[in-house]
Amino acid sequence: MDFSMTPGTFLFEAWQARFSLLNGLSVTIGSSAITIVLATLLGILVGITLAYGWWPLRLLARLYVDFMRGIPVLVLILFTYYGLALFGINVPAFWAGVIALSAFATAHVAENLRGAVQSVPAGQMEAAKSIGLRFDQRLRYVIIPQAFRRMLPPWVNTGLEVVKGTTLLSVIGVVELLLASQQVMARNYLIIDFYLLAGAMYLAVNFALAQLGGMLERRFSYLRY
Amino acid sequence: MVEQVLLRAIGVRKSFGALEVLKGIDLEVRQGQVVSLIGASGSGKTTFLRCVNMLEEHDAGDILLDGDPIGYRVEGGKRRRMSETAVSAQRARIGMVFQQFNLFPHLTAEENVMLGLTKVLGKTKAEARDIAGHWLGKVGLEARRGHYPYQLSGGQQQRVAMARAVAMEPRLLLFDEVTSALDPELVAEVLQVMKALAESGMTMLVVSHEMLFVRDVSHHVVFMDQGKVAQAGSPAEVFGNPESERLRSFLGRFHGFF
Amino acid sequence: MINYHFDWSVIARNMDRFLAALGLGLGLAVISLAIGCVLGLAVAYARVSPRRWLSGPAWFYVELIRCMPLLLLIFFIYFGLPEFGIYFMDKTQSFVLTLSLYAAAYMSEVFRAGLASIPKQYVEAAKAIGMRPWQRQRYVVLPVMFRITLPAISNNLISLFKDTSLAAAIAVPELTFLARQVNANTFRVMEVWLTASAMYLATAYLLATLLRLVERRYASIR
Ligand SMILES: Nc1ncnc2c1ncn2[C@@H]1O[C@H](COP(=O)(O)OP(=O)(O)OP(=O)(O)O)[C@@H](O)[C@H]1O
Ligand SMILES: [Mg+2]
Repeated sequence: MDFSMTPGTFLFEAWQARFSLLNGLSVTIGSSAITIVLATLLGILVGITLAYGWWPLRLLARLYVDFMRGIPVLVLILFTYYGLALFGINVPAFWAGVIALSAFATAHVAENLRGAVQSVPAGQMEAAKSIGLRFDQRLRYVIIPQAFRRMLPPWVNTGLEVVKGTTLLSVIGVVELLLASQQVMARNYLIIDFYLLAGAMYLAVNFALAQLGGMLERRFSYLRY
Repeated sequence: MVEQVLLRAIGVRKSFGALEVLKGIDLEVRQGQVVSLIGASGSGKTTFLRCVNMLEEHDAGDILLDGDPIGYRVEGGKRRRMSETAVSAQRARIGMVFQQFNLFPHLTAEENVMLGLTKVLGKTKAEARDIAGHWLGKVGLEARRGHYPYQLSGGQQQRVAMARAVAMEPRLLLFDEVTSALDPELVAEVLQVMKALAESGMTMLVVSHEMLFVRDVSHHVVFMDQGKVAQAGSPAEVFGNPESERLRSFLGRFHGFF
Repeated sequence: MINYHFDWSVIARNMDRFLAALGLGLGLAVISLAIGCVLGLAVAYARVSPRRWLSGPAWFYVELIRCMPLLLLIFFIYFGLPEFGIYFMDKTQSFVLTLSLYAAAYMSEVFRAGLASIPKQYVEAAKAIGMRPWQRQRYVVLPVMFRITLPAISNNLISLFKDTSLAAAIAVPELTFLARQVNANTFRVMEVWLTASAMYLATAYLLATLLRLVERRYASIR
């Protein structure tokens, strides 16, 4: 890399492209954040259905989770993108991508939650029953808080998968960080440099996410049994 | 004076698959009484207690608390399972202490006691804290109110579990071998608390292998054998005059005490 | 949905192409897993090595790859290597290289955990009968580890198989690429994507079942 500040050198071109790249980065972070929030909320619902649901619902949830885990995310994204358009639902590519990614991540959160909830000893549920807590209260005050710590590591993992998965939105034309970088390269041909820069940015985002996960884990490390 | 009947079981049956564990249990617990269930391992003591608290559903017979059937309503001659909310409300009137303590590990001793007070009985945090403090004091653990379960010994955990159960002011307290998971030197402190509770007039249904405790504290002893009540009566009658060979051999295992 | 009329004839006509594309994806996954296992084993040994100059870079490699989006790696190697004067690879070879390097990072974690979980007595018993260090690895540690890690290897194969869909981004004619192509040419959106999804799902399921059989076979000769 040439680090002098003249046209055609990396630093110069990177400075020129700063807005495009930051824009791409913000799309990556934005779509990841929305997906993670959606998938966490829906995943909790589906996961609780998996663990405690009335059996037809449980079967449905199980089918959903297994389907989502058997189909490549890219196929989900393309299917959603073309499929929604077909039914006259004109959502921007960004939202089609976020929906597909969320559907995928929901399955992972759900399976993770089911495992965590079922790893809480049965006696906890019984003790919670015996003081008269209702089902929703037992989950909220007794089971979920205990499952929480066990859920954290795989949840962070899902988050990392989501961030990485947002690159697939570039395939349907969403200008996230990867596509933004490629558009920059198309102007200046600094292919290696800008892939490395994009890589460094993904590293930074994922590192931050992993740190956050580590922090949460330490914060809740008093949950020992 | 004869106290009124608080809990009455009539012909309670329960099977797990093909295995019939309870074969028609009849039993009464009067207000303020301590009734002990004794019997060999596998005779169905735990299962019966769990049915009383609806941790298991019995298949037939009735369990009445204050005359109301537990876990179901009778409508037009048919049994109907109660709603989740109604079952929970009934459970709040019955406390249970478990062999494995089952304290909530993510809550402090005080919070363990407060949870039911605030969420089930709708007390304010401040009220609940006072009540928790009172009962933790009664079991000798006021100084440990901020400790998490893993910071407490087994005996202390079990005493917190008792405080958690009594603080709800239940009509009836169930104890299932609450000293069995404890190191021998910790048994006495837990039995001490149970004895104090009994003396304060709490109605208790106790499963225990602590025969000295059973003999000294119970008003009534029920010997269960293979899913049935084989003999019931005052401690003096049951221990002094065992009718069946099985009760004699069961008691024989504890002969050091008698 | 209201006015959509299914017409499966497009699929029927192209079934041979769909199957060939599926086969290609499966092949890519298997080759990448094989190369990834060999590389991953080397990386795993490097990571548990007491020599810092080995374990350090190995750690860095694994963490780096696991933080990188696969698609970025695919593009970087496909478009980047020629910048370094490496021209001889076609897009399929380039993709296999990428997926292998990617798999190596994940497999090394699997093997590292496997190595760590092997009971010490095994190695000591092998020492006691006079085996040399590499013999201990070859005849005792590796076979045991292989059995322990078989389920994880299976899971990785299925993941890699799904990852081959990304080869579509550099026009490797596997299933996702073909589906997109047929979709663009015929506009039979539902049929095409339902077929592709079903084929991925069925293959993943079959693989899982098959691998479970293999696992059971090995479990029985423990
Ligand atoms: N959930 C269950 N499913 C199947 N069988 C069960 C279940 N719970 C208990 N049993 C069986 O019911 C029988 C009675 O068990 P229970 O726990 O009530 O005995 P117990 O009198 O409490 O014995 P112990 O003194 O060992 O605690 C046993 O044979 C037991 O194996
Ligand atoms: Mg028992």
